[in-house]
Amino acid sequence: MDEKSTKKKTVKNKVANKKSASKKAELFLDGAGVSRALTRIAHEILEHNRGAENVALVGVLTRGATLAKRLQKLIEQIEGAKVELGMMDINLYRDDATTRLEQPVIQRTDILFDVVDKNIVLVDDVLYTGRTIRAAIEQLIDFGRPSSIQLAVLVDRGHRELPIRADYVGKNIPTNRTDRVSVRLKEDDGQDGEDSISIERGSSKN
Amino acid sequence: MGLASRHLLGLEGVSAEDLTEILDTSVIFREILERPIKKVPTLRGLTVLNLFYESSTRTRISFELAEKRLSADTINFSASTSSVSEGESLRDTVQNIEAMKIDMVVVRHKSAGTPYFLTQCLNSNIINAGDGAHEHPTQGLLDMFTIRQKYGSLKGLRVLLVGDIKHSRVARSNIWGLKTMGADVAICGPSTLLPYEAERFGVDVYTNLNEALEGVDVVNILRIQLERQQTGMFPSQREYTHLFGLSNERLKRLNKNFTIMHPGPINRGVEITSEIADSNSSVVLEQVTNGQAVRMAVLYLLSGKKSVTEENE
Repeated sequence: MDEKSTKKKTVKNKVANKKSASKKAELFLDGAGVSRALTRIAHEILEHNRGAENVALVGVLTRGATLAKRLQKLIEQIEGAKVELGMMDINLYRDDATTRLEQPVIQRTDILFDVVDKNIVLVDDVLYTGRTIRAAIEQLIDFGRPSSIQLAVLVDRGHRELPIRADYVGKNIPTNRTDRVSVRLKEDDGQDGEDSISIERGSSKN
Repeated sequence: MGLASRHLLGLEGVSAEDLTEILDTSVIFREILERPIKKVPTLRGLTVLNLFYESSTRTRISFELAEKRLSADTINFSASTSSVSEGESLRDTVQNIEAMKIDMVVVRHKSAGTPYFLTQCLNSNIINAGDGAHEHPTQGLLDMFTIRQKYGSLKGLRVLLVGDIKHSRVARSNIWGLKTMGADVAICGPSTLLPYEAERFGVDVYTNLNEALEGVDVVNILRIQLERQQTGMFPSQREYTHLFGLSNERLKRLNKNFTIMHPGPINRGVEITSEIADSNSSVVLEQVTNGQAVRMAVLYLLSGKKSVTEENE
């Protein structure tokens, strides 16, 4: 009973946030900033793994997959080598599947290369509770035993609920739990706008 | 998003949106079957009862595997080895089993309407795995999925169902589903094996197979239920094969890139020759594999859909 009533509250909160959000969206990073952050991450991945050999990128759908595609291009420009690229939908590995009332629409997971003994870099847009990444790690291991799994995110907004950290971070943004961080990418959100990371401040009640 | 109903009793009345959602989700689960570990943890903690009052190999194994690949716990019930033989009623049996905390029930029964009856006395999500001559919705879905997989879309395709349409729940589910998705459906069989209300389905009705095959993309051959033929629905098996069996000569009437389907079990040499059943245009085994993916999708999409009374608790 308790659980359900809190669920309803959080839904209400979200709606309230959306309404107040349009008033005060704070821009944290513009298109050039996003591009610089990704270029740095690409360099860091290559530095950490001593080149592109045996490195593979797996993006978490939807925006993580877009970012992984961009990183693949950047790494190719820097190193002249094309690393393997995959994408995954983590909904089937979520920890709340049996308590939700509606199942989310799932997208296709495409990991067409062998993950065994690879250094896999998981890519996502925003790192928050860490639950998505937990699911992604579990799913990835079901595809085989990678040599290592690393994590690259465009934004780390804090508030982890699991012992998970990112190896490569585009931008650390201190947030409240009620804030909404939105990442806008041309490929997913329309070519007519610029890439951006913005934050909508929620009520400070929490 | 999400299906309109929390049960799957049949494809009659299911909207094109819902059918599309099930078929799209099946594509995802089809991919999981190609992974090294063909299992996802999605339905961990849910318990599914497979309630089979009629014998079944393919469908029961397919459902059980689908449940296991989603990490649900499964229990199998078959009427022959239970207290049904001691005279316990269906209602008592299922309510007792549900009292042991069951979340979903997959049911097959010789009486049409049994799945609906279960929705009235249980809180679980009910999935029809074949009820009498009514419907077999997951078979209909897997046939549609297999056709869509090959042609990309169901719209405008001409699909012919041949055989014992009258007693076939597979035929009914196929007709309802395919019509909703915009396919052009025809049925063919001896007049004794066509339903009285055949025109009501909005399909073309033939009693001559050669005419029926003209311009068809997909032929779905239904099994002649030999055990039913004691009642004299047609004069002899030999005559049936002669008039309604699929042979190489007859295939020439079909459209190019045609597909042969059969829900199984096949009576080789009766409704279809072995040669055709094993040919490249036959997708019989692909249907079986797809069946698992479709059933996983149905289990996934219905899971978590609570009844009204449960929600108010």
